[in-house]
Amino acid sequence: MNEAWSNLRRFTQARIALGRAGHALPTEALLEFQLAHALARDAVHLPWDIEAFAAQVRASGADCLILATPVADRSEYLRRPDLGRILVAESRERLRHRAMAQAEIDVVPIITNGLSSTAVERHGMPLLQAVLALYRSHGFRVGPVCLAANGRVALSDDIGSALRARVAVIVVGERPGLSAADSLGIYLTYAPRIGNTDAQRNCISNIRPPEGLSYEIAAAKLVYLTEEAIRRQLSGVELKDELLPLLEPAGD
Amino acid sequence: MAYTSTLFGRRYTFADLKTLLAKASPLRSADELAGLAAESEEERAVAQRVLADVPLRRFLEEPLIPPEDDEVSRLIFETHDPAAFSVIASLTVGEFREWLLSDLTRDTDIAGIRSGLTPEMAAAVSKLMRNQDLIAAAKRCTVITRFRNTLGLPGRLSTRLQPNHPTDAPKGIAASILDGLLYGNGDAVIGINPATDSPANVDTLLHLLDRIIGEHGIPTQSCVLAHVTTTLELMRRGAPVDLVFQSIAGTEAANRSFGLNLALLREARDMALSLKRGTVGDNVMYFETGQGSALSANAHHGIDAQTCEARAYAVAREFQPLLVNTVVGFIGPEYLYDGKQIIRAGLEDHFCGKLLGLPMGCDVCYTNHAEADQNDMDNLITLLAVAGCTYFMGVPGADDIMLAYQSTSFHDALYLRRVLGLRPAPEFEAWLDHMGIFDGRNALNRGHPKLLGAVRALAGEAP
Repeated sequence: MNEAWSNLRRFTQARIALGRAGHALPTEALLEFQLAHALARDAVHLPWDIEAFAAQVRASGADCLILATPVADRSEYLRRPDLGRILVAESRERLRHRAMAQAEIDVVPIITNGLSSTAVERHGMPLLQAVLALYRSHGFRVGPVCLAANGRVALSDDIGSALRARVAVIVVGERPGLSAADSLGIYLTYAPRIGNTDAQRNCISNIRPPEGLSYEIAAAKLVYLTEEAIRRQLSGVELKDELLPLLEPAGD
Repeated sequence: MAYTSTLFGRRYTFADLKTLLAKASPLRSADELAGLAAESEEERAVAQRVLADVPLRRFLEEPLIPPEDDEVSRLIFETHDPAAFSVIASLTVGEFREWLLSDLTRDTDIAGIRSGLTPEMAAAVSKLMRNQDLIAAAKRCTVITRFRNTLGLPGRLSTRLQPNHPTDAPKGIAASILDGLLYGNGDAVIGINPATDSPANVDTLLHLLDRIIGEHGIPTQSCVLAHVTTTLELMRRGAPVDLVFQSIAGTEAANRSFGLNLALLREARDMALSLKRGTVGDNVMYFETGQGSALSANAHHGIDAQTCEARAYAVAREFQPLLVNTVVGFIGPEYLYDGKQIIRAGLEDHFCGKLLGLPMGCDVCYTNHAEADQNDMDNLITLLAVAGCTYFMGVPGADDIMLAYQSTSFHDALYLRRVLGLRPAPEFEAWLDHMGIFDGRNALNRGHPKLLGAVRALAGEAP
């Protein structure tokens, strides 16, 4: 392989300058690909130890609820996105009782493993702590941290509406790619209710320090979007950000 | 109208044509998710028998979506050519399968009925066909298109060079482009999926592509796969747009969810034609499709995923595209669960598209939550290449670092050239030979191609 050609790798993580064996991949490049795919596959199928995660949340001093979707296992989760968008009735009732018993909530933080338990295990707690700290310092009334395994983004509508929160925020393990199997996304919805579409949500993706977005920048973006959503009483495509470019890391 | 059959003393009833089509569809998770799939293998097999006896004419009498409710249906009926249809007007779906495979049918006969076929007829016959039928019949359909080179000639296989980058960094994209060109890729199009659709960003990428193509005199075309409205706006501002891209679907409602309608596509095509940037032809549109898109927009009208997909081809052919690409495994396992379903869908889409007269390529791909791997992609790309597929994607190492899925690589195309003797578009092949990238015998040159100068220049720059 020509040295200048190999040097192009400085500009991209893409699998360039791989060389060749005949017209096929060299063995090393082949094996690297197989390993990356194996990691991504394992990330998809890895179950989430939600009890252990809840213990960490409580140890950090936050209120925490474990909720459930009707999804039976990972295989059903992959085939039935509709089931990942709703709570079982018992969970919904718990939230409704809770909503009657407590003061009004500005924002409810929700965490689900989504398509990558690895992402939630690795980045979930530090991201949550950064978000909660910034929410509190901005005076938001934050609801209980709601955990639910095998959820989809729209689960935040069911949870948010049951709790009567003004804004629902859900942290989701993103679809693992070969280069990154541990990326988190956050979706924010103003006035969560069942039937909202993705056009009504704002998204912050690729949270995955050090390569991707840092916890601090993600939290800052989220708090900014939350403030704007409540001030303008909307979220989604109409909530364009004027501030966000200032928050991009230098040299990005 | 209901369609019925009695088998083993049990009476089967299919309420209407769209129900019959759905129940006759080979199993896929999209139809299960939509609640349209056959409830048993037996019901599916029975539905296929019933469908085989349906006259092709029936598809003109029973629209799956009433034309008054859906502009795609209107397009299908308004553009239907009774004279072309007359050749096959007396056939049932089952007889049509045999006609497509018959020794007595000439390949030119198949081309001759294109404008008389509705997408639903193509979808219906595909449901009765085995994978080898889909390959054999597609192989008989030649569709040639032109912009700066000639695509779709028999014995040729082209590639879209897909140099995506998660932040659209121009040098990162340029690095992937040079890499792809050095492996002989990029004659179908050099096409970037932008990470952000902002006009300023897309404009930067269009100029980058225009500069690279111009600098090296590459007989190919560029495309930045932005929304059609973004591309329209940039054409108004004078940006160097070769091809107009848009994702399309098979119902008006699904297209609306994509933010488009037929009038918008017409406007974009007219403007692209007025730029006169093609040198050997004026096919200026690039469309992408995929089974499940109408369902994911909740706009499928109770029609199965594969039939909805075929209806998207009616939209495509109205605008004489240079390229159509079914992105077969992209959405995920809730639509196509595993390698088997992805392979089947890829063969169906290629067959239906070619039969309807489209320059079909396939993004042979999967996501990491599907039950599939690169071996499934090897299988599908080989089957489609045998079937005469117009082009595949060339992604560095098959790993798209922006879209987080796996497609096919520069190397995969080289593999097909070696095992099947398929050559790039003639203009591009001549360029590869001239640049010392190919050796004049459809294989990579062992020496030092001229393009390494550009590699050295880029490598010397600061990141």
